[in-house]
Amino acid sequence: MIDVREAITRAHHEEWARVVAALTRRFGDLDIAEEATAEAFATAVERWPADGIPPSPGGWLTTTAKRIAIDRIRRESKRDDKQKQAQMLYDDDPAEPPGAIDDERLRLIFTCCHPALAMQTRVALTLRMVGGLTVPEIARAFLVQETAMEQRITRAKAKIKTARIPYRVPSADDLPARMSGVLTVLFLVFNEGYLATGPGTDPLRHDLTEEAIRLTRLIRTLMPHDGEVAGLLALMLLTQARRTARVSASGQLIALGEQDRGTWDTALIAEGHRLVRERLAARVAPGRYQILAAINAVHTSARDARDTDWSQVVALYDQLVRIDPSPVIALNRAIAVAEIDGPQVALSTVDRLEGKLAGYHAYHAARADLLRRLGRSQESREAYDKAIELAGNTAETAYLTRRRDQLG
Amino acid sequence: MQYLVSVINDTSELATPDEMTAIDAFNDRLQADGNWVFAAGLGSPSSATVIDNRAGEAMITDGPFLESKEYIVGFWIIEAPDLDVALKLAAGGSRACNRKVEVRPLLSE
Repeated sequence: MIDVREAITRAHHEEWARVVAALTRRFGDLDIAEEATAEAFATAVERWPADGIPPSPGGWLTTTAKRIAIDRIRRESKRDDKQKQAQMLYDDDPAEPPGAIDDERLRLIFTCCHPALAMQTRVALTLRMVGGLTVPEIARAFLVQETAMEQRITRAKAKIKTARIPYRVPSADDLPARMSGVLTVLFLVFNEGYLATGPGTDPLRHDLTEEAIRLTRLIRTLMPHDGEVAGLLALMLLTQARRTARVSASGQLIALGEQDRGTWDTALIAEGHRLVRERLAARVAPGRYQILAAINAVHTSARDARDTDWSQVVALYDQLVRIDPSPVIALNRAIAVAEIDGPQVALSTVDRLEGKLAGYHAYHAARADLLRRLGRSQESREAYDKAIELAGNTAETAYLTRRRDQLG
Repeated sequence: MQYLVSVINDTSELATPDEMTAIDAFNDRLQADGNWVFAAGLGSPSSATVIDNRAGEAMITDGPFLESKEYIVGFWIIEAPDLDVALKLAAGGSRACNRKVEVRPLLSE
């Protein structure tokens, strides 16, 4: 019994996207593909315990799902043949096959992450169609009503059909921009899991971080030569490696410098470091995820916080600022600079960012910490107050409150 | 597959001579590449009249059905195999007329 349940869970992880993708290709309809795939898994739950696990679970699921889809289309085509035909999802083979990256699942990912869909919709659709999460699971993850989430996904599928969002891997010209859109979706899912917002939520949502890692791994298998895919995967792994050290038993966030590094996940760190080294060896100008991964590699290489190679961290931030001159990056760079040039130098940089970051809790948290180190307790307390007011994550609020209350 | 590309005006300015030249060049390209179906500019919303004959007695109202700072000042109907192609063409249109545009599919059948 346990074996069957495990087999179904594994099949769900490994085969869901493949089955949905194969059916979408075959029937040209996301709706039919999604429903038939869900029903095929439900059939597996019913049948496998009695009939045994089929030798090829993926093959069994695809065949079963196809049969379910054909039944449904036959039933519906009796009713509205013409309309069904008109609504078939547009699908064409590019004249030049993209070779190594020609996998049905990639088409599915690019369709779900299409820029003509709102970001929230892309996230929901990707988790449903590619990740195989149920609508209630996605609704819970983003704290919205199930009916609202259901509607969002239904509307997205309707738009894909009506506006003819194509089911294909973008051409080489468009690929970098579209790929970066896909990575944004995955990073958003990861961050929501890593720093969940909302007063009633767990500060860490491992279901979301793990799902994001799983999907990024999938894309990495499909596009093994894309540097940013490798970079994002490394960044997620090196962040995830610190998950248990990051929140205390009482639910407070623990800053990087105070974490018990013995509890970091060495396997994830080793894998992340391998990816970062692979990218360094490629000798191609790195994108933002690769640089962020490299920064995390520096942190996770230090066995003691005091051994951190801060000049390396600052050098990497300098590189990042050149490709992404956003105030948030400048803020993080300043925090690293404080470790080399001291809090006074860092504070003057941070203060210059006020106009752009006054509404961002991390800006006030960084100022509070620098002011504390300079012994300016009163100003520090005010900055902590502001940060606490703006922070959305419960563990972070608890951490900031403790730091404020420790001020003399 | 056909798409309506509406040109959204958010000023009271009409197209400048430079914009007109760019629009003409864009139209020529649409025609040469087989994406052209139709295009037109529209009179201002103040020239609109709304008529409601649902009850069988035509009610005539002066002005547009929706008062708004942004309004449609012209449109293209283009032929494109899918939304990706339509969006690329619309991006060229937006650039040419120097305004934002909205892309909507025409329902077939």
